[in-house]
Amino acid sequence: MSEAWIAVAVVGAGTMTLKALGPVVLGGRSLPERLTWVIELLAPALLAALVAVQALGAERTLVVDERLVGLAAAGVALWRRAPILLVVVVAAAATALARLVV
Amino acid sequence: MAAPLAIAVAAFGVSFGLLARAEGWGWAAPIVMSATTFAGSAQFATISVLGTGGTLAAAITAALLLNARYAPIGISVAPFFEGPAWSRLLHAQLVVDESWAISAEGHGRFNVRMLIGSGLMLYVAWVGGTATGALGGEILADPQALGLDAAFPALFLALLVPQIRDLRALAASLLGASIALVLTPVAPAGVPIIAAGAACLLGLVRR
Repeated sequence: MSEAWIAVAVVGAGTMTLKALGPVVLGGRSLPERLTWVIELLAPALLAALVAVQALGAERTLVVDERLVGLAAAGVALWRRAPILLVVVVAAAATALARLVV
Repeated sequence: MAAPLAIAVAAFGVSFGLLARAEGWGWAAPIVMSATTFAGSAQFATISVLGTGGTLAAAITAALLLNARYAPIGISVAPFFEGPAWSRLLHAQLVVDESWAISAEGHGRFNVRMLIGSGLMLYVAWVGGTATGALGGEILADPQALGLDAAFPALFLALLVPQIRDLRALAASLLGASIALVLTPVAPAGVPIIAAGAACLLGLVRR
């Protein structure tokens, strides 16, 4: 699976560069404030997109299926401040259970 | 303070190793990725975009956009890093969301010893957890019957929640999710995720 290895190499090199940028290149200087406001919002925007596509996407269509039961269960687990691994297990279990019942 | 986090990160690493293995990555690639990238959300995004039929370029772009936050995060701690460039380069790799959050002393000050100590602990936990998951064996049953396809959205939701610190972040997430859903039927896999990044331009709106 060479695609995986290319992704590993490029994402690895890119991430290491992004992390090192401030401490190595910029030293004490800082980015323009407006630019940091924009960059701060990248992570929430992309993570929300991943949630939506992973929960509803199927090839090139949107499908409502048992994954939403799992996502709702994950929401409840998060609200009860469950640790991340438990949240994931709860989501998978709820989806598996919904598939058994339906 | 870093110890309970390290346990959680190790468990998270195990799930990365297991899921990467289930996506046909073998055991070495997930371990090397955890050792070099050391950023959970981008790593999960890479396997999920590739796993849902996205192109290599889309997977890499989505992962790097997710990690773009490490530029400002790195800059925020830069004034407190000392020593030669090569040592700052190595120490900067230990900056992750958790170690950064732990070492914040408020008013833009950071405790670098705390940052490096907790970062090292989390690094060992993350790579060790990944190795455990990747070497631990194959998932034999049907992933759908086990509900594993719901594991990804749940995981990204768990990563998203702590990022929503204000209304602006909430608006960016809702807009990002909407862009991605609207584009899913018309754009190639992976592209809707990258396009959702445009929601960050809400940061330019006057506060």
